[in-house]
Amino acid sequence: MSDILARPVRFGSNSGQPVTRRDGIAKVTGAAVFAADNAPEKLLYAVYVPATIARGRVVHLDTDAAKAHPGVTLVMTPQNRPALQGDPSEKPTMFSFRVEVLQDDTVRYAGQPIALVVGKTLEAATEGARLLKPRYTADPARTALDDNESFGFEPEGFGLPAGAEHGDVEAGHAAADKSVDVIYETASQYHNPMETHAVVAAWEGDRLTLDMPSQALAMSCAGYAFFFGIPAENVTLRSPYLGGGFGSKAIPTGPQVLAILAARETARPVKLMLTRQQMFGPVGHRGATRQRLRLGIGAKGALTVIDHEGVAETSTFDDFVEPAANASQGLYAAQALRSTHRAVRLDVGTPGPMRAPGEASGSAALECAMDELAEAAGIDPLEFRLLNYAETEPGTGKPYSSKALRDCYLQGAKRFGWAGRPLQSGQMRDENGLLTGWGMGTALFPCPMFAAEATATLRADGTALVETSAADMGQGAWTALAQIAADSLGVPLDRLEFRAGDSRLPDGGVAGGSGHTATAGNALHAAGSDVIAQLGQIAAEDKDSPLHGAGNARFVARDGRIHVEGDETRSEALADIFARAGKAEVTGNGSAARPPEAAEKHAMHSHGAVFAEVKVDPELCQMRVTRLVGAFAAGRIINPRLAESQLMGGMIWGISFALHEEAKFDRRSGRVMNADFAGYHVPVNADVAGLEVITVHEDDPYVNALGIKGVGEIGITGTVGAIANAIWHATGRRIRRFPIRIEDLLNA
Amino acid sequence: MKSFDLIQPATIDEALAAWQPGASWLGGGTNLVDLMKAGALQPDTVIDVNRLPGLREIETLSDGATRIGALVSNAELASDMEFARSFPAIAEAVLSGASGQLRNAATVAGNLMQRTRCAYFQDPNAACNRREPGSGCDARAGENANLAVLGWSDACIATSPSDLCVSLAALDAVVEIRGREGQREIAIADFHLLPGDTPERETALQPGELIVAVRLPAEARQFAANARYLKVRERTSFAFAVASCAAALQMEGGRISKARLALGAVAARPWRVAEAETLLAGHLPDTDLFARAADAALAGASPSGANAWKIELARRTVIRALTLAAAGTPARMPALPASPFGELAGELAHV
Amino acid sequence: MPLSINLTINGGARNVALDDPRVTLLDLLRERLALPGTKKGCDRGQCGACTVLVNGRRVNSCLTLAATLDGAEITTIEGLSNGELHPVQSAFIENDAFQCGYCTPGQIMSAVGLIMEGSAGDDPERIREGMSGNLCRCAAYHGITLAVQEATRRMAENRREDAA
Repeated sequence: MSDILARPVRFGSNSGQPVTRRDGIAKVTGAAVFAADNAPEKLLYAVYVPATIARGRVVHLDTDAAKAHPGVTLVMTPQNRPALQGDPSEKPTMFSFRVEVLQDDTVRYAGQPIALVVGKTLEAATEGARLLKPRYTADPARTALDDNESFGFEPEGFGLPAGAEHGDVEAGHAAADKSVDVIYETASQYHNPMETHAVVAAWEGDRLTLDMPSQALAMSCAGYAFFFGIPAENVTLRSPYLGGGFGSKAIPTGPQVLAILAARETARPVKLMLTRQQMFGPVGHRGATRQRLRLGIGAKGALTVIDHEGVAETSTFDDFVEPAANASQGLYAAQALRSTHRAVRLDVGTPGPMRAPGEASGSAALECAMDELAEAAGIDPLEFRLLNYAETEPGTGKPYSSKALRDCYLQGAKRFGWAGRPLQSGQMRDENGLLTGWGMGTALFPCPMFAAEATATLRADGTALVETSAADMGQGAWTALAQIAADSLGVPLDRLEFRAGDSRLPDGGVAGGSGHTATAGNALHAAGSDVIAQLGQIAAEDKDSPLHGAGNARFVARDGRIHVEGDETRSEALADIFARAGKAEVTGNGSAARPPEAAEKHAMHSHGAVFAEVKVDPELCQMRVTRLVGAFAAGRIINPRLAESQLMGGMIWGISFALHEEAKFDRRSGRVMNADFAGYHVPVNADVAGLEVITVHEDDPYVNALGIKGVGEIGITGTVGAIANAIWHATGRRIRRFPIRIEDLLNA
Repeated sequence: MKSFDLIQPATIDEALAAWQPGASWLGGGTNLVDLMKAGALQPDTVIDVNRLPGLREIETLSDGATRIGALVSNAELASDMEFARSFPAIAEAVLSGASGQLRNAATVAGNLMQRTRCAYFQDPNAACNRREPGSGCDARAGENANLAVLGWSDACIATSPSDLCVSLAALDAVVEIRGREGQREIAIADFHLLPGDTPERETALQPGELIVAVRLPAEARQFAANARYLKVRERTSFAFAVASCAAALQMEGGRISKARLALGAVAARPWRVAEAETLLAGHLPDTDLFARAADAALAGASPSGANAWKIELARRTVIRALTLAAAGTPARMPALPASPFGELAGELAHV
Repeated sequence: MPLSINLTINGGARNVALDDPRVTLLDLLRERLALPGTKKGCDRGQCGACTVLVNGRRVNSCLTLAATLDGAEITTIEGLSNGELHPVQSAFIENDAFQCGYCTPGQIMSAVGLIMEGSAGDDPERIREGMSGNLCRCAAYHGITLAVQEATRRMAENRREDAA
């Protein structure tokens, strides 16, 4: 069977335009309502008590003291916690994790909720929670990868990733003329969106209304409905805006379940908002990894083998193993490839997907190892990557649906000024005597699609309404999806009303995996196309229409007219079709999901190349990324302004990964000792100096009808390695542990 | 946060009369309110001193000294043109600390009273002799990579996080204090106490005493042409120091005639060593000389945990700060105050 | 301990009866005065999301006890524009200086405060430093710096035009 070539969809007048955000005015005036901004009548406040040990049992809670505090109305502990209808150790959806909701007195990690206090004011509930002063019997905490045995596993579902093996790996090692065998370590990182997880829950009979940030509205409703024994349609979830998510806001969490339970118990609306400190525990994190990379090249520099073993932490009670080694699949043309994963059970909250799960950690190690090998071979790092450029997907031999990576390398290198970079380290100083280094890395991220539905209504007056429960966590769904929808209906953006962020709308799927624009966008496009097809059919059957008789044709809408595809001379104004048909509006439905055969036939990835300049004080060893240039090919870009912002954000996450983020555990208590923004550093404005993004043109006829890949996560990949490689280039030191710290360079 | 009584006295005498054990003074609140939220501090009574009159001026006294009212905000101090010209290292230190918002609220007296950032002090569930005498020190075998390398004891290895105090220490500031017994003064060098066996005693203030001003002697202005503050951090801005140094020199005919040197982030108080200053005097500035001064400044340093690296870093920070001070105070505050990346090209102010 | 304080909030006089001295300015605005535009990001003065102007100066409202503010003039994001967007607000939109928008009210109030302080001018490095008290996890820093730079210039031009 020949390729099913998706018909190239014409660029409309909206897609491709760098329009400003449709929610811009709401966001700059404070009018955008985030979950915790809601304050219904008779609101109560809930605050939970986080465990301060990592393993053991709670033996005492001073509930009398808490209850005696003025304003406290309810103290919920495992002793009096009302029953849940769904078992908290069951997983209501495939992306769920087990939740900690006071089912017993066991403590499995520091930060686990062990009691909940409800009060008339936030101040009362907060102090009530403090007054519980838990006492424990504690067992030794295990929070570092060396604290427990690692184990292998059979791949399963969402949390236990498969590895891969292609070609003869041992032969690849044996054939290597030069090789590296290195171990890289990455730290535990916590998502820390600026908006902490929050919920305002209100019950009316067996109907539940949740104001809650959610990256996956339908899935979240199903999850909460399961715990409370009600049909999913009884849950209304409103999430018009998320204050960031990064993977942490897609699934039900224990604290949010407890708040909903408190609302049911008190028959009052309840607000719960995690403190910043509480973000280091029950709402997921990126698990620490230790990765061994063994890479070999033949005499001419071609890779004979990429052998990538990852060990990552998971919790003692659930499975999510950072799929780091998978970053080595699909990128470089090695004769043999192997990626394997092992896990270590630790007394931590269950890790979860955090922006570029697997790819971020794995790409950091891979790109550094590649740089080490390029150094060993005496080849320029960019040239080394071009030398090992994969024309088809390594291992599988599948063609890429599109791959403009070579253009990314060349355009990025040109903009950065890579040519003439000294091969050796320690060669460059700036005018102030600061050590200066240049490094690069390849960026790669798959482009999945999920399932989504949408409806579109076009009205006779030329206005339109489109609906899908998409989630805007900052990526720009409100804007980019509206641009797609407006094009599908041939209307200007300002005539289009877009309803999203509410679970009562058609299921918009998951805002994750960098697949939301592709998924929800294609559903909207299909819904709009359905409307246009209906109108085209009406016109084709109408002998007064210029489209009469075109019933077998495909119709497209543009600038308020319907055209026969391929015959631009035949068209009619939408308004005329409506008028003659005597209709006020036409509604269409659409859905999207990738056809399995398309996914089978092609390897689908976004690609990019990141170039970094880092300056290092030669004595004080303080580091600063002074320039980052990223060139990315990610299929069709619906809104360049927003896409570039996302890519920049991802690259800054790369700075953060390389130089800042690390949860520091006290090995005795198992508590994160830097569980706040003073101690857990993320970049501030001054950490971001020169930053440039190039979006490289790429047409992809296979990924989906619109040719959209995704830009949400790829920016981190490549960047971490580029920075570490630049630090080596500046200083001659290979630091194989992230984040790279002053003391690492000082001691090296 | 524990409940408390809020008292808002209108005069210093009323404030002093209102004080009782378990009470805390509230200035800008940037440290006290934070620690009350953490549960590390739980005062029964909070005495808001913001309405007290006469504590918000920066004035030059008849003897040439400069007197800074206790309630002058960090931002007001650093942005006072006359003050910043006279005491550039202090302005640079202030501007390298915290954020614009915090500097607007934080007061000079509050900065002197700022508590350690040791995570075990901040965490009420950890053992901390400083917060709870006799409870032990969880930091000794814990996350201590950024804790003290000088002046620490078995009881406590905390550091002072203040930048301002490091620069004040270098310039011999004097702390003016009011108590029910009347007024007294404490030299800044004697104000912050090393932990010893009583880390809970952090300053020389007696219970119920109130800082009313900080004074800089007339001589402190003599360093204006060659005064810098340097602060090594884990990110470019809005971070506490890993190591810092205030260096102030008086130069005569290319030679150093007088030197002042204080280190930050290495001990429970700003660290000043007379020998290091003495050995600089009378010499031409050069790196070897600065290295000897740095060795003298770090004499007796020892790791209190996984922080031996800080000793070497502090040594290098001293050398660099002296090098920068010898080169001269910049004409304009660097874009990134006190940062190794803050250097601006261009002419110097006082060459 | 009932306390009564008088505040001017966004130009309007408010008498606020407080039953609890623990209430911060941030929680007062959000939970008691129906002004939730000001955001809580850390509640500890470490992120800047709660930035408002108190008597014309930017501060972290999470570390300010409301009871100590009797007589103060407060400006929040809700009070920044009167009909027409403030130059900082429009520059934020034009430069895509935000993504999720959660830190944005704090960023904008901080930028307004910084511009009034006058120490950064339109120098990008000084703006970066001056805005470093406001974390943005989406990391829209590139746009924030451009927006503050542009708004600074525009406001200076407006002042010149007003003077002419």
